[in-house]
Amino acid sequence: MDLESQEKILRLSQEHDPKDLVVLIGAPDPEAAEITAETVVSGDPAFAGALAGTQLGLSVYHVLDDDVKAEVPDDVWDDQIGVMADVLEAEDLVKAVVSMRQA
Amino acid sequence: MSVLKDKQVIALGERDGVSGPAIAAIAKAAGASVAFTATECFV
Repeated sequence: MDLESQEKILRLSQEHDPKDLVVLIGAPDPEAAEITAETVVSGDPAFAGALAGTQLGLSVYHVLDDDVKAEVPDDVWDDQIGVMADVLEAEDLVKAVVSMRQA
Repeated sequence: MSVLKDKQVIALGERDGVSGPAIAAIAKAAGASVAFTATECFV
């Protein structure tokens, strides 16, 4: 994850109740999704950014998770996500993030 | 329990996947506020 993003997320976790924060990931492959999820749950695995060694334990979902889609009006979903939901392997992406959420 | 409604969303999009602004748009439509939006390029 970008170093700048890590700094911003750390600051947000200090400004807000972490229970009110939800991270949505749009990564196209399971490895990237898992690393991003790991970073906001248990810290930067590369030990490069502000989240190194910081266990934020944030709530994290892949954007293609059915639990997310269920809360979005169909017309907005089709406009914004549309074809990407067909192109990406949603099941594998969701699994990769769920494994981190439950870690 | 609702995933998004009344939450502060951090939208971490990716250039080759779903972009940050697209994630932010669906989060807002679901009743969330968007605290941060980024579109990264994973290498």
